[in-house]
Amino acid sequence: MSSVRDWAAPNPVTTNRSGLIGKGVDRYEGPLKVTGTAPYAYEVQPPSPPAYGIMVGATIATGRIGAVDSAAAEAAPGVLAVWTHLNAPAQSPRGTKAHPRSVAASRPALESDRVSYWGQPVALVVADTLENAVAAAALVRLTYAAETPDVDFAARLADAGQPPGEQDVEIGNFDAGFEASPVKLDETWSTPIQNHCQMEPCASLAWWEGDRCIAHTSIQMVKPSQHGLAETLGIDRDAVRLLTRYVGGGFGGKGQTYDDLTLAALASRALGRPVKVAFSRQQMMHGTIHRPATVQRVRLGAEKDGRLNAFSIMTWTHCQQDGTFTEHASNFARALYAAPNRLTGHRLVKLDLPGAGPMRAPGEASGTLSLECAMDELAEQLGLDPVELRIRNEPPVDPENGRPFSQRQLVRCLKEGAQLFGWDRRLPKPAQVRDGRWLVGLGMAVAIRGNFLLPAKCSFSVDGDGVITVRQGMTDIGTGTYTVLAQIAAETLGVPLGVVRVEIGDSELPPAPGSGGQFGAASAGSAALAAGMNLRKAIAELATGDPGSPLYGDDPELVTFQDGVVAIENKSETLTALVRRAAPAGLTVEGDSRPAADMREWSTQTYGSHFCEVGVDPVTGEVRVRRMLGVFAAGRILNEKTARSQLTGGMIWGIGSALTEGNPVDPRYGSLINQDLAQYLVPVQADIGELDAIMLDEVDDKANPMGIKGVGELGNSGAGAAVANAIYNACGVRVRDYPIAPDKLLAGLIARGM
Amino acid sequence: MRTTITVNGEARSLDLDPRTTLLDALREHLKLTGAKKGCDHGQCGACTVLVNGVRINSCLSLAVAHDGDEVVSIEGLGTPERLHAMQQAFLTYDAYQCGYCTPGQICSAVGMLGEVQAGAPSHATEDVRGDVVLTGDEIRERMSGNICRCSAYPQIVAAIAAVAGAEG
Amino acid sequence: MRPFTYERATDVSQAVRAAAETTGARFLAGGTNLLDLMKLEIEQPQHLVDVSRLPLAQIEEDGASLRIGAMATNSQVASDRRVRERYPMLTQAIVSGASGQLRNKATTGGNLLQRTRCPYFYDTTKPCNKRRPGEGCAALEGVSRETAILGASASCIAVHPSDMAVAMVALGAEVETLTPTGAARRFPLMELHRLPGDTPHLETHMIPGELITAVVLPPPPPGGQIYRKARDRASYATAHASVAIAGGQVALGGVAHKPWRAATAEAALAAGVSPTEAMTAELEDAAVRDESAFKVPLVARLFAAAVRESSGAAA
Repeated sequence: MSSVRDWAAPNPVTTNRSGLIGKGVDRYEGPLKVTGTAPYAYEVQPPSPPAYGIMVGATIATGRIGAVDSAAAEAAPGVLAVWTHLNAPAQSPRGTKAHPRSVAASRPALESDRVSYWGQPVALVVADTLENAVAAAALVRLTYAAETPDVDFAARLADAGQPPGEQDVEIGNFDAGFEASPVKLDETWSTPIQNHCQMEPCASLAWWEGDRCIAHTSIQMVKPSQHGLAETLGIDRDAVRLLTRYVGGGFGGKGQTYDDLTLAALASRALGRPVKVAFSRQQMMHGTIHRPATVQRVRLGAEKDGRLNAFSIMTWTHCQQDGTFTEHASNFARALYAAPNRLTGHRLVKLDLPGAGPMRAPGEASGTLSLECAMDELAEQLGLDPVELRIRNEPPVDPENGRPFSQRQLVRCLKEGAQLFGWDRRLPKPAQVRDGRWLVGLGMAVAIRGNFLLPAKCSFSVDGDGVITVRQGMTDIGTGTYTVLAQIAAETLGVPLGVVRVEIGDSELPPAPGSGGQFGAASAGSAALAAGMNLRKAIAELATGDPGSPLYGDDPELVTFQDGVVAIENKSETLTALVRRAAPAGLTVEGDSRPAADMREWSTQTYGSHFCEVGVDPVTGEVRVRRMLGVFAAGRILNEKTARSQLTGGMIWGIGSALTEGNPVDPRYGSLINQDLAQYLVPVQADIGELDAIMLDEVDDKANPMGIKGVGELGNSGAGAAVANAIYNACGVRVRDYPIAPDKLLAGLIARGM
Repeated sequence: MRTTITVNGEARSLDLDPRTTLLDALREHLKLTGAKKGCDHGQCGACTVLVNGVRINSCLSLAVAHDGDEVVSIEGLGTPERLHAMQQAFLTYDAYQCGYCTPGQICSAVGMLGEVQAGAPSHATEDVRGDVVLTGDEIRERMSGNICRCSAYPQIVAAIAAVAGAEG
Repeated sequence: MRPFTYERATDVSQAVRAAAETTGARFLAGGTNLLDLMKLEIEQPQHLVDVSRLPLAQIEEDGASLRIGAMATNSQVASDRRVRERYPMLTQAIVSGASGQLRNKATTGGNLLQRTRCPYFYDTTKPCNKRRPGEGCAALEGVSRETAILGASASCIAVHPSDMAVAMVALGAEVETLTPTGAARRFPLMELHRLPGDTPHLETHMIPGELITAVVLPPPPPGGQIYRKARDRASYATAHASVAIAGGQVALGGVAHKPWRAATAEAALAAGVSPTEAMTAELEDAAVRDESAFKVPLVARLFAAAVRESSGAAA
């Protein structure tokens, strides 16, 4: 097992001789994306014309399917198949793992007459054209024996229990510490159900080559999808080739597969032709997972100088009846502020709603919306600057486990952010600044997000043209994977970026964990570095062992790689010439990476600060974000451009959470109200004013051999709270029930006599 | 129905179901999958193409209604080897992430600049009686019909401003 | 979409004839609302008469009035120099709605006839008297802020979503139509839309097969003009409420089944009452649900602010 200490040794990425690491090079796949020639799953051209599958969703939240009348659909023009639970092909029972090492189990589609959430796919119609399939799907008539859905989260809070296998975490004595504190805050926040709204709805295209299923789908993780499909179909895992070359947004919602994949595979097998199945935008809202609602009670007990004596966040949340997913909105706080008495925990209630699951910065995104506003309120009570309050509660070591921080530049993020943003212009008293019709206010909040490293493999090849090919069963969901892998390869082998090819998104390739939890670049990149080192070694041995090479007979350890040339002192030749001569078939090596055994001796997080200026229209309660700045510390940055985009994107997600996003449940039906992008309001261009992210110099050599950390979730953490705090500063109204929409803010403005 | 549409400069004759949208005609019949289906209801802009030089949502348009029209999709603006200035700017400014809304953003941006050049006012125009000046706020308002869930919004504004500045 | 047949009309009288002669026919103009609804099978026409290329896209002077052809796109109207100079509030209203792409396609006639965005109307699994008369209204006890506070009924609390129409109502616009028999009609736009009553599926007073051919804007009333809209997002969102003011003429959006001409407020304002009090009088009969209650103060405040702003603009 490796040790973190091994990672301190220099390697080509950390040495960064050509300066490619960190450089904001254009995206590797960019020319395809900007010309519309990058094929997403539904757009791959299959070997023969595809048939089109359309799913039909249940119109009850819980109960059983009664009668099925598919006659009209079957008789409709062009229809090739109509399936329900009555006639769907056999699949392995739910949860089957025929292969003990499968990383996902069977999830059969059209499984039974049981309906467990509104919109659950209950029928599939396949037809020769998209138009015929859509029309016929509307002709499938199902009757239901509906049961009363148990979906009212607010009404069920008292019934929530400990999530399975979890306990509250208490350090010191929270109650005593809180009671003894001279300054106290005890408030409750609520956050609504949110939907991922990836621009590309989930979609799959499948065909069969003999007994082998070729499936293109839109997914964040390759192996679980491949294994899950194989287990569902009851076939060997190698009999599924799963591809996901381009993914139109994931954000956690494509961390699992849905019935589009299973049904495309089943239907293409049954019909003997390619079949593609996509969710409609409307179907996405119920048919895929969502971020569940939370209620969060925050209690802070402080000394008069602002030092926290006691703090607690307790989170209530919900998941589906057969699920265990818990929105861990309290966890992030365990590593954030110093306080001797601490209590955090979660309560979970199961409801007849669609699946709850991870959505960008799961935990932090919801949790910072309470704690970081609570800190703002406490600062006001204390008469302290909110930045100063954070600094006074900065812990020297992880406040819960006593481990040293691998890197923690939170205070620097706060101070630099405050300075760059002009925080000193903020007036502590709210509702003091007017600009035309707008009341203007400033707010800030802290960003924090854990860091992870997962096992991964990667292969590197070099061919006789000097082309380096990186192959990895990794995904790029807009995160920049293609690009950073190319940068790591080019820097490691001392070749120009232009000779590097990257192939990802294919189950045939060496496995990597995929994109999620901001572990992608670190995990996949570390394996790429390992593969690159192995290829260096193979090339060095090739050169020093080849009588035709000027390096012949020398010590392979001494070979350098730069500008496409392999050299030892003044003896050199081009990589291309070497490989062409000595290994005309090319060289391929693999590398792998895994967490170090002693990683957990350090507390490793990514950090940041958000500063926001909003305008509030006191007449209407409308809020507009005028300016926003994030300053982040997240280890070495592989690509300044793509990393910044990840961070600014996350910040904008925070704006959406603060102002517009939420999906209420109609308890009568157990369905969500907002079923499309006209009703579920994600931010649009006009919602975003001047907005930027800055990354501090940092190397975290306890995180992985490259010293990098993730940025995909970090920007979202705390961003919404900065907006909420700015709203308060602008107009003096605190809304603790997100989103802070005009109707809620207006009530507060009127109550303030404004 | 027999329908002839000039797509990216080439007359394409298709026998279409009247229900086929312009978007599906491009994607499923002509294999031009650059225009994307994000919502299929005019709520996201991923399907934006230029029809007779004007940006529209191709998902809310029947293909048969475009008989005789000239359609330019993202594939008609440029190729990976010969990028349109707007495509190059999106690349340079990293004005995209997952790439799914990108073709619609780019077509929309090209159409939008044409509208500005023609003097069309927007909700961001201070005085609709006066002339239009292309500010950052104008770009933001005019591009609000193109949702980017990755939220590359600041980068998109920068890319468009760069092209507009170069042109103007 | 259900199967339908399609024809492209070449002249106006042929269009209305074709629509009258074919069962289940509907006119297709920009299509931005009709196709949206057809995809959800909320609308199920059997035949479409494409009127988008009829020669009805002109914007022309008619004495002191301005006649806007029904096929003029929203963008075309908003950009027209004469509209911008004489009816700037109409431009403001149009560009505050939808998106650039939609406005490029959507027509003047189609905008007036667009249907509600009530979430229960759009969710075809829920009861809706508008979709299926007599079925009931899920919105009455439902979860939606975007419901009517004026003129609603026990059958329907949906609102008309247009911005443009609100401005046109405030401007005292008239509508010109052609009936299936070829007769031309002209009537105030205010009389186009109905309140829901117990027939919310009937949204206008037009007869089946009647085609809007133009909207005529009378000379602008003296005084300032302004359109103010409040919404969740900064753009691309329907109104919680909107206020259109043209001199002493006032209309409200987002509050009723139709663009609401605020006659009570107009009279009160003319009598010298303060804007807030004038609008409070208008809203005296407002019927709210918990979630829509905010619209009452919102409209009053928005109106008062708009009056301040428009009198400033006029001065």
